[in-house]
Amino acid sequence: MAQKNKASEKLKELGEGVVKDIEKGKNPSVEVPLRALSNVKFNTKSKTLELGDKFASRYFFNVAHAKKFLQTMEIASILKKELLDTDKHEHLRGVFYMTKRTIPGTNVNLVDDQTESDKILEDLEVITGLSREELHVSANKMGSLVGNIILEDGDDIIDCSKLGRGGYSVPSIVDELNIKKVNAKYILYMEKSAIFERLVEDKFWQKNEAILVTSQGQTTRGIRRLLQRLSEEKNLPIYVLTDFDCWGFYIYSVVKYGSIALAHASEKLTIPNVKFLGITADDIIKYDLKKHLIKLNEQDLARMKQVSEYDWFKDNKGWQRQIKMMKEFGAKAEIQALSAKGISFISDKYLPDKIKNKEFLD
Amino acid sequence: MPKEAKKEVIIAQELAKKQREISISEFFTKNRHLLGFDNPLRALLMTVKEAVDNSLDACNEAKILPDIHVELKKITEERFKVIVEDNGPGIVKEQIPRIFAKLLYGSKFHRLRMSRGQQGIGISASVLYSQLSTGKASVILSKIHPKKPAHYYELKIDTAKNEPLIVKDEIKDWSHKDHGTRIEIELDAKYQKGKQSVDEFLKQVAIVNPYVKITYITPENEKIEFPRVTNELPIEAKEIMPHPYGLELGTLIRMLAETSARSVQGLLTSEFSRIGSGTAKEMCEKAGLKPDQKPHSLTAEQAEKLFRSMQEVKVIAPPTDCLSPIGAELLEKGLRKEIPADFYVTTSRSPVVYRGFPFTIEVGIAYGGSLEKESQVKLMRFANRVPLLYQQGACAITEAVTGISWKPYGLNQSGSNIPTGPAAIVIHMASVWVPFTSEAKDAIAHYDEIIKEIKLALQECGRKLNAYINKHVRAQEQREKIDLFEKYIPELANALSNLTSDKKEVLEEKLKKLLKKELPTLEAENGAKEQSK
Repeated sequence: MAQKNKASEKLKELGEGVVKDIEKGKNPSVEVPLRALSNVKFNTKSKTLELGDKFASRYFFNVAHAKKFLQTMEIASILKKELLDTDKHEHLRGVFYMTKRTIPGTNVNLVDDQTESDKILEDLEVITGLSREELHVSANKMGSLVGNIILEDGDDIIDCSKLGRGGYSVPSIVDELNIKKVNAKYILYMEKSAIFERLVEDKFWQKNEAILVTSQGQTTRGIRRLLQRLSEEKNLPIYVLTDFDCWGFYIYSVVKYGSIALAHASEKLTIPNVKFLGITADDIIKYDLKKHLIKLNEQDLARMKQVSEYDWFKDNKGWQRQIKMMKEFGAKAEIQALSAKGISFISDKYLPDKIKNKEFLD
Repeated sequence: MPKEAKKEVIIAQELAKKQREISISEFFTKNRHLLGFDNPLRALLMTVKEAVDNSLDACNEAKILPDIHVELKKITEERFKVIVEDNGPGIVKEQIPRIFAKLLYGSKFHRLRMSRGQQGIGISASVLYSQLSTGKASVILSKIHPKKPAHYYELKIDTAKNEPLIVKDEIKDWSHKDHGTRIEIELDAKYQKGKQSVDEFLKQVAIVNPYVKITYITPENEKIEFPRVTNELPIEAKEIMPHPYGLELGTLIRMLAETSARSVQGLLTSEFSRIGSGTAKEMCEKAGLKPDQKPHSLTAEQAEKLFRSMQEVKVIAPPTDCLSPIGAELLEKGLRKEIPADFYVTTSRSPVVYRGFPFTIEVGIAYGGSLEKESQVKLMRFANRVPLLYQQGACAITEAVTGISWKPYGLNQSGSNIPTGPAAIVIHMASVWVPFTSEAKDAIAHYDEIIKEIKLALQECGRKLNAYINKHVRAQEQREKIDLFEKYIPELANALSNLTSDKKEVLEEKLKKLLKKELPTLEAENGAKEQSK
């Protein structure tokens, strides 16, 4: 309850700041820290992405700002009045619908689509220094977990080894979960749910005493937080499995160091001892997968340039070597390319060998 | 001479007997499209146009404020009678048959002077077309002085000889008229309203000739008045001698043959514009001629050499006082009375020269009011005060209009098309010699100098138009902004009240006061840049 009061109090303070401007006869404004690469620093000591001190002032009496200013205050008031003060939670989509309406006497919609309200929510996170979860807003569940682990959610006990092929659907807020019992040597986190399904079918986690986790594409905050807790509380190593392309590399780096968009939440969501398992350029050569490469397109090349210049990749020799080899191949590879060696090659040979030989990228 | 050869000569003589000169009238009957009589809609317009042009030119020369009556009488769906009556100086009896019933007769063909009709093929072509399509004679009534009788003629053309055929020649009482001319021409024709109609033609005539009063009786017997808004007659255009840069070889050869000058130098100095004796000598030398050589004695080759040297020697531009522009002020008056709009801008540029011919460009733009917002701008083209209603796409004026990027001037435009927006654009070229693309006189030929001048004139007006639109539109936008903030304020007050429990009404009042204060800075980019703490 203290949390909720704190969040509610922060939003009230935001409103009071604006009212103070009005009382003083000043153009009402709020300061919004910038969430862009130009304002994100890589702390080499703590190995996390941190938000810098750059901010933009948002004014009400300014044609270019007015609508965003109004959106900020409107969403802040909805969060306080409808969620925090009544102790309810809502999804991003729900917040969008609570905000979506036409301003009376105009043909202007307060928000036109969800990306607008999502952006304002991220703004409110950086303005208040609170996470989205603390503001009682959750994202969609997009991840699954399977393995010898028992969780407690309120009165419910969840045995993740008895949930069939689908596994446990990880909620977006995991702080209230209690990790009751774990019997595993490591966690395998993978970008692709297709690989997750392959490993489940091959009984990989039973044979290797592993926990398997996936979230389709970018890693959700719920998964990141759960991985972090398993790493910290149960001291489990985490290995990441992605495609051999720069989008995959970035997925790994987000789990490890934090993301640019959510640099403000890094403290909570980074897992510095996460390791990259594959698939790497060396694997491609070793297992003779070159004929299954996919030619790099313009987008890939542009993304490669960006990623290679991020501070957390720039001075890392192992990663620069991978990127260099990708450039030499002129091509990328999907992790599914391993199926060329046999449908269960990944479960029977590739993963056990790599883990046994500690072939990790850090 | 051998027998065979003699026989051939005789055959040639026989053939020569069969060959005869093709008369110009016959040529016309076979090539009526060249003169603009290729369809019944156009034939009606051409006849009205030629008659009105003649009336206006005659009134100008006689310094009479024109009062013109135009009437279209529908005889059947496909036959009309055109009646045009003016208060001009009238025509002396002897001249009437030749003016109306002999092609290529007229005083305008051999001179360089700004006038409406340029080639003198005009009205007699209508008489011929009337005769060919209906078999009827045209009726002319003319009176030159209150105390003199009016002459009544019914005329046809002898198409083989290109000579007038007088069907009737009478004296009539036309006592209510002091002087003037009335013509009645019946022809196969079609009448329609719209872009290329007689109605549109007369309206455009009224715009660029604000000193003219026109009364028009439509085929539906409706009376339309185009009032006179100024009593100021156009300045009389002076006749000028040809300038060497606009000369054609054929014209030079004809001048060499017809001149009364006794030397080539004499011809050059007395019959050309801007050639003094020094320049004349230089031209002769360059052509390898003696200045005192007799003009008649030049061979074709020598004439051509002289022609070349005349183009090469530097000669100053011809005088430009031979032009009679409408003037920016009168053009605006003309626009105002015929095109209701919110804003008018006009310009009359200083004369310049193309190929030795002086010309001047005038432009007027009407904007707003009831003009159609979404459609293409209404483009009105004029040459020597005559509306050009056909061949818009082939005209240098159109090329100039589409060659400009109109967005900076406040009109919309897709690609290089005619701009769109609530505007009408008048473009007038006044010149001693308008270079038409054909004898139908529909479109101006594409000379770089002409297109450049038109563009400059359009841009000059465009800048003023844009200034007006900016001012007008900005004021509108400012109102809309204030309105928007007035709608935002209760929303913000409500949100803040939810956050802080302050009273909504109090916040609203305070924000309203702030809006007034912050009004000038609503546009300011304050805070848009990054700052560091």
